[in-house]
Amino acid sequence: MPVIDVTDARVRFGEVVALDGVSLQIRLGECIGLVGHNGAGKSTLVNIINGGLTLQKGQIAGDGELIPTYGIKVARARGLRCVFQELSLCPNLSIIENTRLMHRTLGGWGWRSRARSVISHSLDQIFPGHRIDPTAQVGTLAIAERQMVEIAMAFSDAGIAPRLVILDEPTSSLDAGLAAQLLTQVRRFIAAGGAVVLISHILQEILSVSTRIVVMKDGRIVAERPASAFTHSGLVEAMGSVPREQAARTRAAAGDAVLTLKAPRQGRHDFVARKGEVIGLAGLGGHGQTDMLLALFDLKSPQWLPRRDPAVTFVAGDRRLNGVFDLWSILRNTTIASLQDLSGRGLLNDRAEARSAADWKDRIGIRTPDMHNKILSLSGGNQQKVLFARALGTRAPVILMDDPMRGVDVGTKQEVYAIIRAEAAAGRTFVWYSTETEEMQLCDRVYVFREGLIVAELTGDAITENAILRASFRDEAA
Amino acid sequence: MRRPSSEALRLALPIMALAALLIGIFVMRPNVMSYNGLHLLFKLGIPIALATLAQMVIMSVNDLDLSMGSFISFVACVTATWLVDAPVIGALILLVAIATYALLGMVIAYRGLPSIVVTLGMSFVWAGLAVLVLPTPGGTAPAWVTAIMSARPAAMPMGIAGSILIAVLAHILIMRSSFGVLIRGVGGNERSVARAGWSVLWARGAAYATAATFAVAAGITLVGLMTSADANIALRYTLLSIAGVILGGGEFIGGRVSAIGAVFGALTLLLAGSFLTFLKVSPDWQIGAQGLILILILALRLLLARLERNGLRA
Repeated sequence: MPVIDVTDARVRFGEVVALDGVSLQIRLGECIGLVGHNGAGKSTLVNIINGGLTLQKGQIAGDGELIPTYGIKVARARGLRCVFQELSLCPNLSIIENTRLMHRTLGGWGWRSRARSVISHSLDQIFPGHRIDPTAQVGTLAIAERQMVEIAMAFSDAGIAPRLVILDEPTSSLDAGLAAQLLTQVRRFIAAGGAVVLISHILQEILSVSTRIVVMKDGRIVAERPASAFTHSGLVEAMGSVPREQAARTRAAAGDAVLTLKAPRQGRHDFVARKGEVIGLAGLGGHGQTDMLLALFDLKSPQWLPRRDPAVTFVAGDRRLNGVFDLWSILRNTTIASLQDLSGRGLLNDRAEARSAADWKDRIGIRTPDMHNKILSLSGGNQQKVLFARALGTRAPVILMDDPMRGVDVGTKQEVYAIIRAEAAAGRTFVWYSTETEEMQLCDRVYVFREGLIVAELTGDAITENAILRASFRDEAA
Repeated sequence: MRRPSSEALRLALPIMALAALLIGIFVMRPNVMSYNGLHLLFKLGIPIALATLAQMVIMSVNDLDLSMGSFISFVACVTATWLVDAPVIGALILLVAIATYALLGMVIAYRGLPSIVVTLGMSFVWAGLAVLVLPTPGGTAPAWVTAIMSARPAAMPMGIAGSILIAVLAHILIMRSSFGVLIRGVGGNERSVARAGWSVLWARGAAYATAATFAVAAGITLVGLMTSADANIALRYTLLSIAGVILGGGEFIGGRVSAIGAVFGALTLLLAGSFLTFLKVSPDWQIGAQGLILILILALRLLLARLERNGLRA
């Protein structure tokens, strides 16, 4: 009898169909490998199963009975645990205190010692010799240690034993040895009668530990077979990597260096960007790429007096956090960075502003009937185009991009890639942080980051998914 | 070797600041170094410490309460009137006020409102209610409150003894209990608290109710010391309490607070006033000078934070 049985799940976010009729049965004693490209619907499916998202259509049954009001509490009471891709502990609390929060049953006098033994036991079992102090504040731990704690937390037992553990990219910041320990734990757990859903971009892990592999694409399950029926290449094929129309890498003659940053320590790579280059910043998320972009920005933009000719400009990745002005029109959002060029004697020239906005609307293809509409009337992809237009509209020769394609549809991406290539050919320099390897392959040069430092520099045809992964995971072949 | 934890480093600053001010005062006026001298110096410590703790609880869930001062003034007015004339009704009014705070916290959580705006609005409501309860300064303190506040414990003056007691109780409640972990968890990562199956709505409500309880205690003890009330009696507590929390090692966001630190922060601010008086700074300049002391200490705090970061990297 399946521990969780999802039937015909459908979820839409606005215009985007995230899940389009997915049915999945998870039985005890099996490890399901869930693979698919970014945006295939894996995370949405996980969120449905853990109760964080409500189904718009379809149903969920547990142990054979239909659960009409499925939610986080119900899921947890059934022994369902989740390790999320982005770390989800409270950084201001100690490991013991986080354990208390995760296990509602731990309360009462003396919970500290109980929580301590619960988490220590789990850590010792999964990562023998881990040397993590359970009284340490989570915020002071290294990223790998945090991930270890989170994994140990999911497998820990404080009253309600875990039955189904969902691991969403659990090894993304673990080194080879720790990842192996985790996979051993997964095997032990399913042998003891538990169930695991494993999401990983490292296909070798999926192939070695799963009993069944489910491949998702565009919100649907496109293949579901026992793991033994898949090979590495068969799996890649099933994910259906669209043959990418790679915008030809134009080998611009390397111009003068426009941006340089010395490495903080000797023996590491320095950062250099030349005129007309597209530079990629790769590596796992949160390993210092954004810090580097901010450092480059601070380096070139005066804090006290704004300059008429900015040296750098910035395209934000988190649109809602530091990109769009929610309450402003599309027009205002487009021109905000170049107001000085559009005004005379301190007064804004309305006609020039409208002209500039209309120009960008055509050039970059912002789909709106009227530039005076609110920015939030646009789809995410079009909002992102506005941010690009804002940056390109300045006279800055260098454009810094902080994972700007997050949540943008494929069509828009292709359009923006073309614009980037065209602008680069015209002599602009782009510094581009992206978590998507495909985008890195559009760059002329790529710096790979690990633990806040540049650990590798790849040029031209040497930029491959394998090379980037190898550099991001210390000495570990993907 | 184990380095001192970042929490210990954070606590060191308010303790050192308090010690520095105290030594300064002792040097200028050696006769303060007596039971009576300390009694006068720390007389107002208890209400300020309680107000600061109230603000700290709100700040631990990433909110800010701009109505703290007018709420405490309102409580003081109720204490000086209803709590004397009709204790049952008076107690009921205070309970309803605490329930109102809980409701506010839940509304803020439910609708995702900015706490600053909501509490700024509420500050006018509390101020208005305070004037309605006590239109002109006056009233009397309930006898039991006066008795407690004018007690003279043998070991140390009431202001110090009370502050220590309050600090220990608050430390247990906010830093050691499950409840405190939940509240600080909401400040640290609301989503993960919700994902673990807790109700953030109720957690915020409970945090606000706890804060209101501390604030009510602040109002009552204040009347006990002043023996009368007026509608503006505690207005400056809003900013004093925020400054006290920050001084004590707390942060505006992220659920990083320290109960013991907050009490030290409150007492430091209290002494800063006396210190300036002893320096013969004219009252016209005192508020400005107090601000300067605050900026100085917070600058030191930034310096410590930088040391802490560099220490982690090395």
